[in-house]
Amino acid sequence: MSHEAKKKTPISERRRFFTDLAHHAGLGVMGVLLWAGYAQKAKSSPLTLRPPAALEEADFLKACIKCGLCAEACVNRPQNIDKETGRPRPGTLKMARAQDNVTIGTPFFKPREVPCYMCEDTPCAVACPTNALDLKKVTNPQTGELDFKMMDMGLAVVDPNSCIAFWGIQCDACYRACPLMDEAIRLEYDRNPRTGKHAFLKPVVDMNACTGCGLCEKACVTEKAAIFVLPREIALGKPGAHYVKGWDKKDQQRVQERVGKDVTTHDERSKENPMDYLNKGLEF
Amino acid sequence: MKWSNVKYLILRRFVQLVLLFLYFAGNYWGWKVLQGNLSASRLFDTVPLSDPFAVLQIMATGMIIGTNALIGAAIIVLFYGIIGGRAFCSWVCPVNMVTDLAAWLRRKLLIDRIERKVWVTRNLRYYMIVIALIVSAITGLAAFEVVSPITILNRGVIFGFGAGAGLLVAIFLFDLFVLKNGWCGHICPLGGVHSLIGKYSLIRVKHNSDNCTLCMRCKEVCPEVQVLGMIGKRSEFVSGQECSNCGRCVDVCDDDALGFHIRNYLSKESK
Repeated sequence: MSHEAKKKTPISERRRFFTDLAHHAGLGVMGVLLWAGYAQKAKSSPLTLRPPAALEEADFLKACIKCGLCAEACVNRPQNIDKETGRPRPGTLKMARAQDNVTIGTPFFKPREVPCYMCEDTPCAVACPTNALDLKKVTNPQTGELDFKMMDMGLAVVDPNSCIAFWGIQCDACYRACPLMDEAIRLEYDRNPRTGKHAFLKPVVDMNACTGCGLCEKACVTEKAAIFVLPREIALGKPGAHYVKGWDKKDQQRVQERVGKDVTTHDERSKENPMDYLNKGLEF
Repeated sequence: MKWSNVKYLILRRFVQLVLLFLYFAGNYWGWKVLQGNLSASRLFDTVPLSDPFAVLQIMATGMIIGTNALIGAAIIVLFYGIIGGRAFCSWVCPVNMVTDLAAWLRRKLLIDRIERKVWVTRNLRYYMIVIALIVSAITGLAAFEVVSPITILNRGVIFGFGAGAGLLVAIFLFDLFVLKNGWCGHICPLGGVHSLIGKYSLIRVKHNSDNCTLCMRCKEVCPEVQVLGMIGKRSEFVSGQECSNCGRCVDVCDDDALGFHIRNYLSKESK
């Protein structure tokens, strides 16, 4: 022991043990907190469109090993080879880089650049080693065959303000580009009161049929697409089980969701009988 | 420079670059030799290979992983566990080229000679494994895979570099100016996993102390210098699990005191 160390109070073995324990535990907790904070942020990419057959986003992020086999299968599929040059065209699926605002290393696509052509053999999902892309999601349970209509990457949304068909200009680019023409996008005819003698041919998306492939977004003629694909959770609202279409037998089943759920408002005013509250006079 | 002094170094660089090239070709030309990347690949369009640590993290998130990824991880564990030892780190991993460059510059610029009071335990990598698995379980995202410079470099070569490339520069500077062999020798949890996997591998460096002249060149170049405790003292296998079989010590030894051998567990001398 050196001269200086002797002057200091000696540290007992017990104290050393507990201090070491606290030291390691403290560093461990610090590491977990820093890392978990970053990971939590890194997995937030709500506007991301995933490959067809992808699991629901939270499960997809758990399962994806970030190997890129899906993206390679996508770009190198035989149908994607340009016959003139013999080289593949740009693939649909990209692997996220740090600046993409998508969890790094995971596959995604941007329909305005390259939409998903919904290959009938889904080579991307076949290539996935971890089942983050799960063929079951696109396999018809009745026939046991792959069914591209079951793909669900997102939902096309029309912005009626910038869609020129809503202005009365005839354009059916998205309608014609849609692989499920008249199912996923149909044209709704409407009278144009401005001229009194022309028709609107408005594109309307069917939320049940649309797969979110994005061919419409790619085809849209406006400078920034007036029809675009969003993940369903972003594109759709939810009325809740206390608003039910009474005229629709299928929708009526949603009432079952209400069972066991308290849908009454509980706040300061709801403690009293509504009658008492009315008799008291108005208080805002 | 004699060929015998750089033999394994050049062989390793050759293997590392060929693997990167095959991965690149798998995407760019659609070659079916080696597709995917170091996280998961397909060899000759049939054999699945996958990173056992990535698979472990995915399992920690509570996800049931596909069989192909499990088989792939088993193949990798068996290969390195029985044959290669921790060879992934020095023969396959592309970050090894970055950190080796930093270590080489450290020696050339004599940075090693100037003592800096930074001390980090080399066991940090094993704690990192535990922390990575805990964070994976908490966040539901394979935690190391979103920060790993290995996959960032690997994917960068295959699919194009992004802003993540800055991390590689950061690790280079860290190894150069902060801590000798900082990333590969202290922090990287994947290196820790491969250390554990390769602990009992058959291929090992063996030291012959009768030939040793105590020049200590091996210790100068070794990135995991703690495994070379027997130099000049005992003739035995380098059995420390962190030895990555890089063969730099074999290269620099001019006295034939170090060489690759196959451990024979049946005879007594192989310890």
